[in-house]
Amino acid sequence: MNVAAYNFAYLDEQTKRMIRRAILKAIAVPGYQVPFASREMPMPYGWGTGGVQITASIIGPEDVLKVIDQGADDTTNAVSIRAFFAKVANVAVTTHTAEASIIQTRHRIPERTLTEGQVLVYQVPIPEPLRYLEPRETETRKMHALEEYGLMHVKLYEDIAKHGRIATTYAYPVKVEGRYVMDPSPTPKFDNPKMHMSEALQLFGAGREKRIYAVPPYTEVVSLDFEDHPFEIQHFEEPCALCGATGVYLDEVILDDHGGHMFVCSDTDNCEDRREHGHRGTLAGHALEAAE
Amino acid sequence: MDAVIEGGFTDRVLGAQSVFRATMDALARPGTVQSIASDAAPPAPLTQELGALALTLCDQDTLVWLDPVLASSEAVTGWLAFHCGAPLTADPSQAQFALVTEARHLPKLDVLGQGTDEYPDRSTTVVLAAAAGTQRVTLKGPGIKNRLDTELPLPGGDFLAQWADNRERFPRGIDILIVRDGALVALPRTTRISEA
Repeated sequence: MNVAAYNFAYLDEQTKRMIRRAILKAIAVPGYQVPFASREMPMPYGWGTGGVQITASIIGPEDVLKVIDQGADDTTNAVSIRAFFAKVANVAVTTHTAEASIIQTRHRIPERTLTEGQVLVYQVPIPEPLRYLEPRETETRKMHALEEYGLMHVKLYEDIAKHGRIATTYAYPVKVEGRYVMDPSPTPKFDNPKMHMSEALQLFGAGREKRIYAVPPYTEVVSLDFEDHPFEIQHFEEPCALCGATGVYLDEVILDDHGGHMFVCSDTDNCEDRREHGHRGTLAGHALEAAE
Repeated sequence: MDAVIEGGFTDRVLGAQSVFRATMDALARPGTVQSIASDAAPPAPLTQELGALALTLCDQDTLVWLDPVLASSEAVTGWLAFHCGAPLTADPSQAQFALVTEARHLPKLDVLGQGTDEYPDRSTTVVLAAAAGTQRVTLKGPGIKNRLDTELPLPGGDFLAQWADNRERFPRGIDILIVRDGALVALPRTTRISEA
């Protein structure tokens, strides 16, 4: 393929300007979904076309890009998007959270605390937190305009009535800076507290739904709850079987057809880093190859 | 004629990228000074910084309002037409961008485009070239850890009162990019400003 035929970072300049204007408005109105003229990308909807368009519009030659999919650097989506930008923007790529200036993510926030100057770009499937409660865009837009979020509380209340607790575990709605209710994308609610007062700029791109929204650094992000049913994150009974980490988000991996299973870090970079520093879990028989 | 054709970014792709990135960082961290140094060379009275931001953000999709000094300069309107292709408007409430060379030409903030409650993004972004001199202020709001005591080249007069009204209109309201000496400071509509 003749890469030279593409503009830097794939998108044409007019498209980048349009997306950049939307990003600036999104930062100015935290949590508000800015409509934008999403383009067809060389990957199907659902593979992060919104996130890719944001990354393509902000990335420069000095940037170092990390891409994760469910916390992992080595899954198909992460590998292909990383390779895409290495090719069309000729930027440095990394799997190390600390080294990255831009981190594009599908459904996780890295365990390592993000720092000032880093940008976290989320791939978002359904940007509208009220969409499953009210299918009409005209109505949800009005609800945001009037700050009418009672329906969302009813949904959480029905959770409690049915299950005895708020059963929503991912895409858990948040209120940004006391104004807009926002979908944090389908990250586990475990990650919601990391969005609050984060030092990093957080940008959200929904390609199919054609929306961009943002949470600036040091911005209040509060998970919706009730006084008698306060917001809680998931807790895990056992530590990561590979690195022994506690207080991190774990994935369950089935080992055999006799009920054998293990819990391992969802954040592969954090897990590898811990193992390099000598942390061992119960099933860490040997050092694994680093993801690249 | 040359003045109209010359003066864009030498590298229009990376020139726009670096100016945009600085603008994004400035809006994400209100009150911090970001460098927007570039090799844009627009004709006077359009300043280098105003020209760079126009090249970065304006095109055929954006209505631009020019202050009277810029609007009466054929060199400037010709340069913007050639490099950005942005249509001009005489009505500041319709403009996506307002380019202002001096604080005294800044329209009252409430006559600029405020957006609507349903579409607060349909508002004007002001790009203002600041004169010398600064004002000690304290900033609070998203993007600022606790508070920021700083000196900013704000427009004088009743600007702080107008800005307080602008803040009250949230989520409607305007955002301001203040430029001077190759640098940019941004004030998104969320920022609270008080005199220090």
